[in-house]
Amino acid sequence: MPVQGEYMGMLLTIDDLDGENRAYFDYCAGGEFRLQRSRNSGLLRYPPTTACPWTGERESDWVVVEGKGTVHSYGEVHHAIQRAFKGKVPYLILLVELDTQKGRPSEHDALRVGGNLVASDGSFASPEQIRQVGIGTRVRMVMSEVAEGLALPQWTVDEQAEQPLSPWRYPQE
Amino acid sequence: MTITGTSDIETSSTPYLRGKYAICGIGETSYRRGSDQTTRSLATWAVGNAIADAGMTAADIDGMLSYSSGDSTFAPHVANDLGIRLNFYTDIYGGGSSTECLVGIAMGVIEAGMCNTVAIYRAMNGYSQVRIGGTGSRSAAPINGDQIHHRAYGWQSAGQLFAPTFMRHMYDFGTTPEQVAAVKVAHSKHASNNPKAFYRKRYSIDDVLSSRMICKPLHLLDCCVETDNATCIIVSRVDRARDCPRKSAIIQAVAGRVSKPRGDIHLHYQSGPISTVAGHYARDILWPNAGVGPEDIDITGSYDAFTFTTMLQLEDYGFCAKGEGGEYVSNGTIELGGKRPNNTAGGHLCEGYTHGMNMVIENVRQLRGEADDSCPLGADGRPQHTYDYSEGGCRQVRDVELTANLGWAHPGAGSAMVMARDHQ
Repeated sequence: MPVQGEYMGMLLTIDDLDGENRAYFDYCAGGEFRLQRSRNSGLLRYPPTTACPWTGERESDWVVVEGKGTVHSYGEVHHAIQRAFKGKVPYLILLVELDTQKGRPSEHDALRVGGNLVASDGSFASPEQIRQVGIGTRVRMVMSEVAEGLALPQWTVDEQAEQPLSPWRYPQE
Repeated sequence: MTITGTSDIETSSTPYLRGKYAICGIGETSYRRGSDQTTRSLATWAVGNAIADAGMTAADIDGMLSYSSGDSTFAPHVANDLGIRLNFYTDIYGGGSSTECLVGIAMGVIEAGMCNTVAIYRAMNGYSQVRIGGTGSRSAAPINGDQIHHRAYGWQSAGQLFAPTFMRHMYDFGTTPEQVAAVKVAHSKHASNNPKAFYRKRYSIDDVLSSRMICKPLHLLDCCVETDNATCIIVSRVDRARDCPRKSAIIQAVAGRVSKPRGDIHLHYQSGPISTVAGHYARDILWPNAGVGPEDIDITGSYDAFTFTTMLQLEDYGFCAKGEGGEYVSNGTIELGGKRPNNTAGGHLCEGYTHGMNMVIENVRQLRGEADDSCPLGADGRPQHTYDYSEGGCRQVRDVELTANLGWAHPGAGSAMVMARDHQ
């Protein structure tokens, strides 16, 4: 049976034959963030794919990866496209650079994982919380259960981390 | 004849087909909202207009290419409706950057002896049917597998998908909202001298910055227009093109689609710097193959899905140093009357949205010296250009010799083409 769930007015489906996404989201549903690590190169990759993008090898293992990183860039949505998001504006789309494997295998490579800024309980961040976050903010991953058996990785400010004095934000508030 | 060890070196033609092919016909519908026509009907008008522009008949066209993303009609339908029998056709999936890419394919299939003359079209009801901004039925489509990694986060429309690239450029290089807004100011100035542009009003920097925020860093006026229209160009060998009654634009080089490493629309952020776009790679094919450099180009057609896309591509194709795109687009260079105007018809921000083809059509007109502005027509039917670029006036650039079109699909993919004036 495909994994299926309704979230924010969207029908999300992961088909049985989509083995890589099926495994990834099954781990998410269990509260774990796991990525594929190539057996020979030892390199992690995101999002899930069939082959290692640097070596082409298809043998890999799913390993637990620490969900911590730095906001590398973002978009701040004020005019939502999808209907259910209209009640959530403004909301942040974060592109988070994981600490794990940063700068590997080459200088500008990194595992960059998307998500929204959420409060620590997984709810969408308030406008006040959004104004505190920008490029450089340290964040940690929270798994947000969005439907029965379906969870999405999201990002919240890492309260334990040392934060930049003022993360970079777009100049017009 | 003795076959030697160098027999694989082709010496009978100029390098990379440079100067061997041309765009000999251009056609379009009006750019509007509410076409009240099917895409098949729009395409029939645009292709028919291009055939007429080339002084050809249906019997002269034996190749057809089109691009779409599940929102248009296919080549055999359009050919059938115009009485064209095809020796070669195919329809590809793609939006921006397809035009230049398909010109390259057309040259290749003619060179391979598969057909002689190729009509390339794009027909879309980007406002009335499948909306380019992603609203309407597209916003409610079911989400499967790979798409969950972005669309489930309300990260779906082009503006939302590209925003991290744009924002990071501001962070990396200190690019300001005012600098980027200058792209809209320039293109709206050009559109005010284009009677067929959908938006003909001139805008100021303040107008852009005070328009409502869509997705930071994009205000409403940083975003392109959604329109209904069809466009067509006809590609043939130069010797055939010279039989046409109007001047052709000679194709000097095509690059692309070229991608960044891991360059699909969902994966390109894995490969940095994310403020660098595919033009960084495409330029190493485009300029050597064309035999010229950015400094030789008189007019650019840098794709303006957003103000930022124009800037990023001009920078990565080498029209200025990396990081100086904000200065380049805001110092008057890209305006009519400036050193190297960009999108002189108003582009996607103002004229209409066609996924790139109207910018190629504009550069063909500029190379012909026949920008269709409000200048009076002479006895020969050609515009008598005044070169007065004030509002409602001329938009022809003087003595255009070389143009460059820079097509954008997304930060990780693009195509480009250099065209030259025909002096024969």
